Amino acid sequence: MCLAIPGKIIKKHGSKGIVDYDGAQFEVRLDLVNVEVGDYVIVHTGFAIEKLSEEDAKESIDIWRQIGELQNGG
Amino acid sequence: MEDKLRNDPHFIRLLAQKIHDLSEGLEKIKIMHVCGTHEHTIVASGLRSLLPKNIFLVSGPGCPVCITPQKDIERMIFLAEHGLTITTFGDMLNIPTTSGSLADAKARGADIRVVYGISNALAIAKKEEKEVVHFGIGFETTVPTSSVALLSEPDNFSILSVHRTIPEALEFLMKNDLKVDGLIDPGHVSSIIGVRPYVPVSKKYKISQVISGFEPGDIMLSVYMLLCQISEQRADVENEYVRAVRENGNKKAKDMINQTFEHVDAAWRALPMIPSSGLAIRKRFEDWDALCRHEDILSDFVYEFKEDSACRCKEILLGVCSSEECPLFRSVCTPDSPIGPCMVSAEGTCNISYIYGQS
Repeated sequence: MCLAIPGKIIKKHGSKGIVDYDGAQFEVRLDLVNVEVGDYVIVHTGFAIEKLSEEDAKESIDIWRQIGELQNGG
Repeated sequence: MEDKLRNDPHFIRLLAQKIHDLSEGLEKIKIMHVCGTHEHTIVASGLRSLLPKNIFLVSGPGCPVCITPQKDIERMIFLAEHGLTITTFGDMLNIPTTSGSLADAKARGADIRVVYGISNALAIAKKEEKEVVHFGIGFETTVPTSSVALLSEPDNFSILSVHRTIPEALEFLMKNDLKVDGLIDPGHVSSIIGVRPYVPVSKKYKISQVISGFEPGDIMLSVYMLLCQISEQRADVENEYVRAVRENGNKKAKDMINQTFEHVDAAWRALPMIPSSGLAIRKRFEDWDALCRHEDILSDFVYEFKEDSACRCKEILLGVCSSEECPLFRSVCTPDSPIGPCMVSAEGTCNISYIYGQS
């Protein structure tokens, strides 16, 4: 039920936008987020609920770096 | 996006090895998640088979379809049978009650329509002249979408809110001596509420928590982070799903929830009343609250509670019993003819166990 999938905003008009999910494009509501065209969002029941930030993900978790180093080394 | 890395078998094997190394010094560890989507990833990817014998991953009450009380489903059937148009998420359609399911009512001619989201329900209301009632189920992830609908003050439209909140449920489970050593918190609920609402539970009950994403690598990393906390005797709330969960959550969504909903004590199917775990529509928006708007019809609604036979959904929702241990599982209770709610929803523990052949 709390399933949400990531996609990229390719168009925005008011509180609605078009999100591209790796080729498939759907209209989504943008009432709950502050986003621009080009941003990645996660979408739940037709609403973008949060902006995705891969940069944050990479920089914020030390454990990812540790595992990454292990992987590079292995 | 880096989902490739999170799904890379090599990466997951490395994590599994680190988990095995860490678990050697630990006793039996029970970790509970409270999200149907997490259970789906765990079972579909066979993650339990990668864990050491002393690490148990159990599923808690994390499917909003499964925990919606029978009374509310019967209330929706009652409204449908009185000529109103009902909109609902597809998973709710086949949930059994002692007076049948919404699908049974639809087969008898009631106007019940499946929607993907509340926007579709609003579009139906705009098109029809009839009153439309939307079945407002779901946790904090879904609640703000209901808030957007309420704030748009639509005509001929109302919501029956059975929205529930996760931190209050966790508090209740811990208070009632749930025997778990760590909690995996739901990622998309946390996208809305952030990290902080979980902190009181960790402080009060000395329980380690990690907010997790939904890729196999996310879950394995969350298990590893929990085991690190447990072995260091820390009871913190850590965030593995940093790419989608901010410390304070989604402020815009939280503000809309606060404007439109207030906390109330609420029943969960198969569980007792959980204090403050429900969200009722605020009085200011009572014109769009189905309980007020259709008070006349509902004044004739009578609900008689009957026990769910030998169904063990209650214990399954509490993580003390597996689907395989239920006498009805796979014999009389199947996705085609479900007895309990956990077999109906695609996120129900029994449904997932049935489809993937393990629990």
